[in-house]
Amino acid sequence: MSELLRETASQTAGPYVHIGLAPRAAGFEIFENNFGPVLVSPQTQGERIRIEGKVFDGSGTPLRDVLLEIWQANAQGKYNHPGDRQAGKAVDPSFRGWGRACSDFETGLYSFETIKPGAVTGRDGRVMAPHINVWIVARGINIGLNTRLYFSDEAAANAKDPVINLIEWEVRRKTLIAQREERPDGTVYRFDIRLQGENETVFFDI
Amino acid sequence: MTRAPQPGDEFLMRDTASHPPALAPAYKTSVLRSPRNALISLQQSLSEVTGPVFSADELGPLDNDLIRNGAKAGLPIGERLIVHGFVRDQFGRPVKNALVEVWQANASGRYRHKKDTYIGALDPNFGGCGRMLTDENGYYVFRTIKPGPYPWRNRINDWRPSHIHVAISGDGWVQRLITQMYFEGDPLISRCPILQTIPSDEQVRGLIAQQDVSGFVPLDSRAYRFDIVLRGQRATYFENRVQGEVK
Repeated sequence: MSELLRETASQTAGPYVHIGLAPRAAGFEIFENNFGPVLVSPQTQGERIRIEGKVFDGSGTPLRDVLLEIWQANAQGKYNHPGDRQAGKAVDPSFRGWGRACSDFETGLYSFETIKPGAVTGRDGRVMAPHINVWIVARGINIGLNTRLYFSDEAAANAKDPVINLIEWEVRRKTLIAQREERPDGTVYRFDIRLQGENETVFFDI
Repeated sequence: MTRAPQPGDEFLMRDTASHPPALAPAYKTSVLRSPRNALISLQQSLSEVTGPVFSADELGPLDNDLIRNGAKAGLPIGERLIVHGFVRDQFGRPVKNALVEVWQANASGRYRHKKDTYIGALDPNFGGCGRMLTDENGYYVFRTIKPGPYPWRNRINDWRPSHIHVAISGDGWVQRLITQMYFEGDPLISRCPILQTIPSDEQVRGLIAQQDVSGFVPLDSRAYRFDIVLRGQRATYFENRVQGEVK
């Protein structure tokens, strides 16, 4: 077999990542159709949820220039991608399953409007607990960080999840669990991410 | 003996030696923004081998033309350039329908961003972002103004080489990549702490676009060629399929 090409090297997204990926946040209008943090339309099937949180550095200071993207299955646990051939589950044409959000320049808070995903069948037929894949880029991050968001009200499913159970330090597993809160305007899952230090979030090489 | 990979096939393990480490102290901001624990490696599941799909009708006709998409009352000032190349995977296969998003400073080295306060002048006719999808051959092309270098507060006299930021979304979530493209011959390249986070000269060279005289448009624009390699997708024969179908 011929030699493999090497993957192009990663570089930091830098402090002005918004210009390219979220120009409205940078302060200007340029594209007619903007990609953003709202994954749902009125037709989307499933339980509406809001995800919000902050990303903290090793000093406990929130990052105010971070960009996050999420990738998730629909309410039935089906990804909107031709590679998902799980039987008996349909794609929701009103749900791509992908979105991106920037933290607020003042508070560092980010948020997504989405639906709670269903469970997806993983390797060897083992069912994964409902989860959302999260990718984080920012100034000072040389290669995007991957993690997973799980849900605090899915304790039974989480206890059997093949990825959570792969984390041999049980004390670290809780860093992936978003906490459910009921608010007057709907259900919110709080998901804070700690890049470094105490309660450092688990990051994956995927 | 090899069949073409199908959507849902696995991707090659990421070679960490191809990339910067998270902690690279000469790039000061990485010190507090890098995890102290090792990454936990996963076998891929459907969550990793799938990814968002984009369609051409979501993009506007000027989205890949940075010379015109921010123009208000005239053309932006600066060197007119075409940047083009192919997005392939590690096996050399074209990555089709990949979303390529780019952003950059203007000819002065000034970003159109409310947080950029550099004295270099803003250009009222230049936005600085664009996007496109690769075609059936993995080819992409956009048009722009050559960005200027700019100073930044790392050490007090550090300057970034001219560069264009590039984000690529391929077939699977594991291929997601952000990088920066530089220009052949720029003397700032060898002095840049961000480029020096990359562990090998070969991988640095991979980020340097080459002047492509054959792509010049006479009396109009010069051209640079920049190819991108994403993680390789391989057919699997004997393992259980990642989505767990029982064969």
